[in-house]
Amino acid sequence: MSNDATALPSFFEDSGSDRKGILSWLLTTDHKRIGLMYLYMVLGMFIVGVCLGLLIRLELIAPGKDIMEAQTYNAVFTLHGVIMIFIVVIPSIPAAIGNLVLPIQLGAEDVAFPRLNLFSWWLYLTGTVLALFSLFTGGGAPDTGWTFYVPFSEFTTTNVNVAVLAVFILGFSSILTGLNFITTIHRMRAPGLTWTKIPLFTWSLYATGWIQVLATPILGITVLLIFVERVLGVGLFDPNKGGDPLLYQHLFWIYSHPAVYIMILPAMGVVSDIIPAFARKSIFGYKAIAFSSLMIAFAGSLVWAHHMFTSGMSDTAVLIFSLLTFIVAIPSAIKVFNWVATLYKGSIIVEPPLVYALGFIFLFSVGGLTGLVLGSAGTDIHVHDTYFVVSHFHYVIFGGTGFGLFAALHFWLPKFYGRMYNKKTANWAFGILFIGFNMLYLPLFVIGLQGMPRRYYDYLPQYQTGHFISTVGSWILAVGLVIMFVNLYRGIRHGKKVGRNPWGAATLEWQVPSPPPLLNFDKEPDTSGKPYSYKGVERDE
Amino acid sequence: MSNTHVHKDYHGAKLGMWLFLFTEVLLFGGLFVLYSVFLSKYPLEFHEAGKELDVVIGTLNTVVLLVSSYFVALAISFIQRGDKKKAVLFTWLTMAMALMFLVNKFFEWKAKFSHGIYPTSPHLADLPHGENIFFGLYYIMTGLHGIHVVIGMTVLGFMVNFLRRDIITQEDFVKLENAGLYWHIVDLVWIFLFPLFYLVL
Repeated sequence: MSNDATALPSFFEDSGSDRKGILSWLLTTDHKRIGLMYLYMVLGMFIVGVCLGLLIRLELIAPGKDIMEAQTYNAVFTLHGVIMIFIVVIPSIPAAIGNLVLPIQLGAEDVAFPRLNLFSWWLYLTGTVLALFSLFTGGGAPDTGWTFYVPFSEFTTTNVNVAVLAVFILGFSSILTGLNFITTIHRMRAPGLTWTKIPLFTWSLYATGWIQVLATPILGITVLLIFVERVLGVGLFDPNKGGDPLLYQHLFWIYSHPAVYIMILPAMGVVSDIIPAFARKSIFGYKAIAFSSLMIAFAGSLVWAHHMFTSGMSDTAVLIFSLLTFIVAIPSAIKVFNWVATLYKGSIIVEPPLVYALGFIFLFSVGGLTGLVLGSAGTDIHVHDTYFVVSHFHYVIFGGTGFGLFAALHFWLPKFYGRMYNKKTANWAFGILFIGFNMLYLPLFVIGLQGMPRRYYDYLPQYQTGHFISTVGSWILAVGLVIMFVNLYRGIRHGKKVGRNPWGAATLEWQVPSPPPLLNFDKEPDTSGKPYSYKGVERDE
Repeated sequence: MSNTHVHKDYHGAKLGMWLFLFTEVLLFGGLFVLYSVFLSKYPLEFHEAGKELDVVIGTLNTVVLLVSSYFVALAISFIQRGDKKKAVLFTWLTMAMALMFLVNKFFEWKAKFSHGIYPTSPHLADLPHGENIFFGLYYIMTGLHGIHVVIGMTVLGFMVNFLRRDIITQEDFVKLENAGLYWHIVDLVWIFLFPLFYLVL
């Protein structure tokens, strides 16, 4: 830090306006402040979602009623899904970490539309407040599951109207963030930073941005139609009035399947940035990884109907969507192989970000490979809507995006707070998280294969062992989360100060001071190096 | 303060607007998908129900919107030439046409309501399912389009204000251009709605 003593004030001290205190945050157009505001809200809502998840697991520890009524249980898993998907996972890495890192990785002073960026955050806040509002008002918390499947969602008396409105607003926020990032990447790159010099995290956000822009409007119209159907009762999805519920499922999954790539692609980008930095080796197959992100975005948009194999489609449609689903596995596998190839014969330094990234690779691979079981029409008939799906989904989204987010926090928080957390505790937290995670979700694969359906309030005694182990695992996981968050919090408040480049990474954000000044760069960014060439890059702890 | 930096990027602003217009097309796209599925399911009922709609008002509204699109294009080209007065005038005229569209729509909807054609009406319940769906889609799609007309009018209202306060000038007119693009998409969507509902045969 000593070499930065005379430098510009950091973005914590210089808000870029005359406003003081909380308003200098709530009305800021600085991408770093907006990114941190997203991060606080995402993590806050993550804790809410985790608590709801723990309640679900506790209810399922033994057959019969344990801690709540069936209706409450329905509301709790619906809210767990809505909060985790729309409020936590979708904005977690793109909106929070992306806002923090993306402009700096491009050598830019801010995103292309700073005020629009702030507007997105406000929409996000509004959507979140509305979603929470739907819990306590109207005819009770929504009980439809996060998919809002018709016809139930049209006729349930619970507060679905407010919830779908919240989802619409959150979707709008997501669209605007994606639009902003695409424009930023096209227009704001520093001179000399060509397309093949962009860090892979930014590449993944580029692919994500296109999915956000092209898929989210379909979700918008779908949830609007639920609203319209509930208010006007036209009957587009109601067979009694000539409608077709299957059409709802098509529209819903045309967005919501690509949405899982909004969730996972940025996490893959985080890992692609972390692995080479700690292997001290240029990433293997830079172009293949960048291209595979676009491939995933494209192919991932064509596979929505694999959610509907048992809903009654023609055999031809099932065959085609099954095949397309397998095709998405190719670019995902390209990435995994390239990460492993990067580690091969590298001078690996084991630090917390790398540990979390390796956890990502393992958990995501388990999730991805079980995804093939679900993508094959034959096996899907057997495990459709069982706990196998629940487990697969959590391995991909929690093990993937969640651990990607944790890796990103351990990698970049020292940059934005200028202080380092306790690395030993971070590794311990990872160990506990990893054990808890597998204990929580592995048994669910087993009871899923045995036929335990998802979303059920009660179950037969033969599933009890699996549920019991899983619930114990959930507590271990929660302990790991508490240790990790406390450690990060203590680190950013009281940790040892760090210099510009505590990890010795080569992308542009490590050239700016920690924490960065308002307009990011105190000198012209040096774009002559490749993002993953570590020759001559010094660690500055 | 180090916030003196002002970022102006004409191409970036246009790119952002075009991306947003994609999302608008896709928003309506979901409804067009529904329309096409239901049309193939109920071709005869759609044909019957389509006869109920007033082709004259529909045509009138199509002309109104096309002219309004021309007016907003004129407003842009006047500000590019530095003629602020005419730019303001034609932005106003665009808004007037938009209002005219909404008034026509109001009378059209009112007539339908008085014939007992509205969602969940007893009359529609007696008609075949396909006609119910046709009118349901009619109200949802033209309604959503109507909301976009109102949004477009509001945006154009801001543009008049910006023109007057010289925020939009001969050198920096991208805001008006983007508002014009938005207005064109409103027009474009209608160009597809008109034949689907009024001329379906």
